[in-house]
Amino acid sequence: MTYSRDFWQGFRDGTPFILVIVPFGAVFGIVATEAGLNIAQTMGFSVLVIAGAAQFVALQMMVENAPVLIVLAASLAVNLRMAMYSASLAPHLGPISWWRRSVVAYFMVDQAYAASILKYDQAPDMSTGRKFAYYMGVVTPICPPWYIATWAGAALGTAVPAGLPIDFAVPITFLALIVPMLRTLAHVIAALVSIVGMLVFSFMPFNLGLLVAAALAMMAGAEVERRMSRNRGPE
Amino acid sequence: MSFTTTQIWTVIVGLGLGSYLLRLSFLGIIGNRDLPEWVLRHLRYTAVAVMPGMITPLILFPQASGGELDPVRLGAALATVAISLWTKNAVLTIFGGAAVLFALHFGIG
Repeated sequence: MTYSRDFWQGFRDGTPFILVIVPFGAVFGIVATEAGLNIAQTMGFSVLVIAGAAQFVALQMMVENAPVLIVLAASLAVNLRMAMYSASLAPHLGPISWWRRSVVAYFMVDQAYAASILKYDQAPDMSTGRKFAYYMGVVTPICPPWYIATWAGAALGTAVPAGLPIDFAVPITFLALIVPMLRTLAHVIAALVSIVGMLVFSFMPFNLGLLVAAALAMMAGAEVERRMSRNRGPE
Repeated sequence: MSFTTTQIWTVIVGLGLGSYLLRLSFLGIIGNRDLPEWVLRHLRYTAVAVMPGMITPLILFPQASGGELDPVRLGAALATVAISLWTKNAVLTIFGGAAVLFALHFGIG
């Protein structure tokens, strides 16, 4: 029970994401049903894959009748960033038991990662167990609503009024997470390299430009940090 | 779509399993082993290296407006950043950003 405070803190921090999760889960349900998937297949995507962007890419390519292997390669490429999240979370959640890590991995969606890493960076003294409790709190209002919204979209059809700019819920919620992360010059430089790199490498297929931009941005951030600490000299 | 039931489930299970292995990868392999300082230094910037790039095209070239720069969405993005810097509160930022988005949408959209 000692961890319940961290769980509920995470729950509270994850709750605003319902604003994004519900419309997008519903839209996926609607689009998948219109593409000809039955409700089990639509739910199969949202429960087994649990990654909106990759699901939409796979569905789009299935509608275009791309070969199965190409569909898999393209949609998995979209999820390659998850390996970066996994590495980034490892110093924080690596020491927990194997089965807990396997649960963390299943629920590793963008919002869960971003909210958790923001918290871990702000509270470096948090114990591993508390970090796990916080993570589970964050995913609770994110992942179950994703399943329910997908089901509602598939079963009930068009309930989202057309023409509303709901697509923009995604950038707004991520901006709310990114801005507080810009604590040092190194973080700001990394973010700028990420943006410029994404624009420069946008010609690359399968969203691979994002990975190149992210790798360069991580190197830029690390290099700025190294130089800043060297300039400060030994303490 | 001309996919058979087997092909549809192959995509679902293949993508699900592949995504799961990507998510588990480093978390599973590294476990509680200590990483060298230079690796940790790079990993500290993962979030700010991936997320800004990920949302840049959504802000500058939204598909909903045919990939054209859209004053409603750009204005809402700038307002969201300003609210975040001002309030330092994620919930207020998200609701504030959404309020500006809808105000601009119905005001000038």
